[in-house]
Amino acid sequence: MEGIAMKLYDATELALRNLRESLFRNSLTTIGISVGVASLVAMLSLGIGLQQLASRRLQKAGLFNTIVVTSRRDGGFRDQREEASSPAENVPLDEPARQKIAKLSGVAEAYADVRFTTDVLFNGSSHLTAVAGVPFSAKGSDAFDGMQGAFFSSDSAPEVILQKSFAAELLGKNPRLETNENVADLAHPLLQKDVTIRYAERVAAPSNTGEGSGYSVVSRQQTLKIVGVTDADPESIRGPGRARVFLPLKLAQTLHVMQASDLRDTALSGPPTYPSLSVRVNDPSTVPAVEDAIKKMGFSAFSIADATRNMQQFFAVLDLFLGIFGSLALAVASIGIVNTLVMAILERRREIGIMKAIGASDADVRGLFFAEAGAMGALGGIVGVTLGWIIGHIINFGTNIYLERRHLAPAQIWYVPLWLVISAIAFSIIVSLLAGLYPAARAARLDPVQALRYE
Amino acid sequence: MGAALVRAVDGVSITIRAGEFVALLGPSGSGKSSLLNLIAGLDRPTSGEVVVMGSDLAALPRENLAKYRLHTVGMVFQSFNLIPKMTVLENVELPLRFAEIDRNQRVARARQALERVGLGQRLNHRPMELSGGEQQRVSLARALINNPTLLLADEPTGNLDSRTGSEIMDLICGFNNSLGMTIVMVTHEQALAQKYASRMIHLADGKLVDDLPNHPAARMDAQWKGSQ
Repeated sequence: MEGIAMKLYDATELALRNLRESLFRNSLTTIGISVGVASLVAMLSLGIGLQQLASRRLQKAGLFNTIVVTSRRDGGFRDQREEASSPAENVPLDEPARQKIAKLSGVAEAYADVRFTTDVLFNGSSHLTAVAGVPFSAKGSDAFDGMQGAFFSSDSAPEVILQKSFAAELLGKNPRLETNENVADLAHPLLQKDVTIRYAERVAAPSNTGEGSGYSVVSRQQTLKIVGVTDADPESIRGPGRARVFLPLKLAQTLHVMQASDLRDTALSGPPTYPSLSVRVNDPSTVPAVEDAIKKMGFSAFSIADATRNMQQFFAVLDLFLGIFGSLALAVASIGIVNTLVMAILERRREIGIMKAIGASDADVRGLFFAEAGAMGALGGIVGVTLGWIIGHIINFGTNIYLERRHLAPAQIWYVPLWLVISAIAFSIIVSLLAGLYPAARAARLDPVQALRYE
Repeated sequence: MGAALVRAVDGVSITIRAGEFVALLGPSGSGKSSLLNLIAGLDRPTSGEVVVMGSDLAALPRENLAKYRLHTVGMVFQSFNLIPKMTVLENVELPLRFAEIDRNQRVARARQALERVGLGQRLNHRPMELSGGEQQRVSLARALINNPTLLLADEPTGNLDSRTGSEIMDLICGFNNSLGMTIVMVTHEQALAQKYASRMIHLADGKLVDDLPNHPAARMDAQWKGSQ
């Protein structure tokens, strides 16, 4: 049984022959497609590269598997949706709640955040900053990647790790201007030096009434050794209130530092509650599910996934615009295909007439021109992707030279994933085939008698 | 194979039987080439019927008409109509591509067809590198490749000298004799028709003028040559 057109292999073979016949003209057309595809690939790979650069920064901070939980009554990161959906207000974020959260599936650990604002004394001057406890499990996580010095020697060692900008501040540099300073240069004069923190300790006192928790406040200070300076900003999720000095969590807990929530607990005379919990999950992909479960329990939950949602939206729009601009050149190139093929029909009128006279169907002739358009598209796509890849490399190279001059870390602002390569070539073929629709139909309808009469 | 009935061109009605060698004669513009194109399925009549082997070409869809040209008809032209950028072998096997025959089978069949027209070598040459007679042999081989029942020739010797023309005519005549192929040849040379055709149809201004049987002088001669 025979179909309505010759085999694809035969059509392609004939098409490639025909393309070789008018090599110069067809090369020009194919180069046009290549430039179109190259601009598309260069634009999109820039968008993808920038997006990767941005999310890599966050990933490096180790925040993709962390959820911050606060009580609704603290305000915190609540939004209207939560408030409307959950009737459970005033759920205390206390020890039983922490244990319940820790038992949720997918949760690796849930610990009470210890964070307070304090004066840090160094070389006789005092610097006000936020301090946070860091669990020992953070050792080896991406959060302290590229840190100078070492992680805490134990979970309760009297040691601190400084964030780069605070290290700069201790050294008397403007932290805003010097944030691009090399971490090693900052760490060198600070490592193994001592700092002293001043804080208010909450000391439990026997209650006169026999219920509730009375306490008194005692001023203390503690000397700590600087063991590390980190480039990353593991607290970036918390915005302007983020800590720049980190203590081992156990040590921070034993200091019993007076925290903001203590005052409120006193006022409400309820059991002690935590201002916030950090929940670490095993697999970043389970973050939304765990977050939902925590919200159902009546708490506010916030993760970097929420923050990146806006970022992803931004990049989707950026990619769209880059894609549209990139496609413009391809659209122009497709007009070139129409032009080339219409020229080819005029030149090959007689040949088309002969083919029809000896038995070629409309579909055969159409297939032949389609195959030519497709072959130009495929060839242009492959050359274009290669060209785009080279252009991207050059842009990246140039950017990194610029960054290096300004003593900034090199960055990969450009990235070509495999799917982009494949879809760019596919897109090029599809656009070329669309451009071939009209010429192919025109060739197929050619009247053989007239075509043969034509000399 | 049944009788081939053809009615065509300005009220003209003719019937061609299987195995006939018909010469269509007439001055230029007499409509003989138009009649041939109608039989070939290259053109459609504005009115009337062209019935070949029971089916009306005028009513066939374009796709089926293409298949009719591919399988039932072989065509030979005055100007050979070979595709210049293809080799001899590729020109001959081109109809087989449209018939979706596999490559290795195509080459074998094309070689066979070329041997039947006396062209066993120079198969990888371009048509322009061959003499006129050789080119017409290639075109004959191409016409035969799908074993058509009907061979249509439009002034097949018009571009050839008389000696080469005779060689081509002997070949065509041989197909008529040995394969029983029906032949319709357009020519304006009375002598050529008289020498080879079994029937001579004269047209003028698209009208039938004369339809006479003929006893070809060359028939015995061609048979003798074909047996060689």
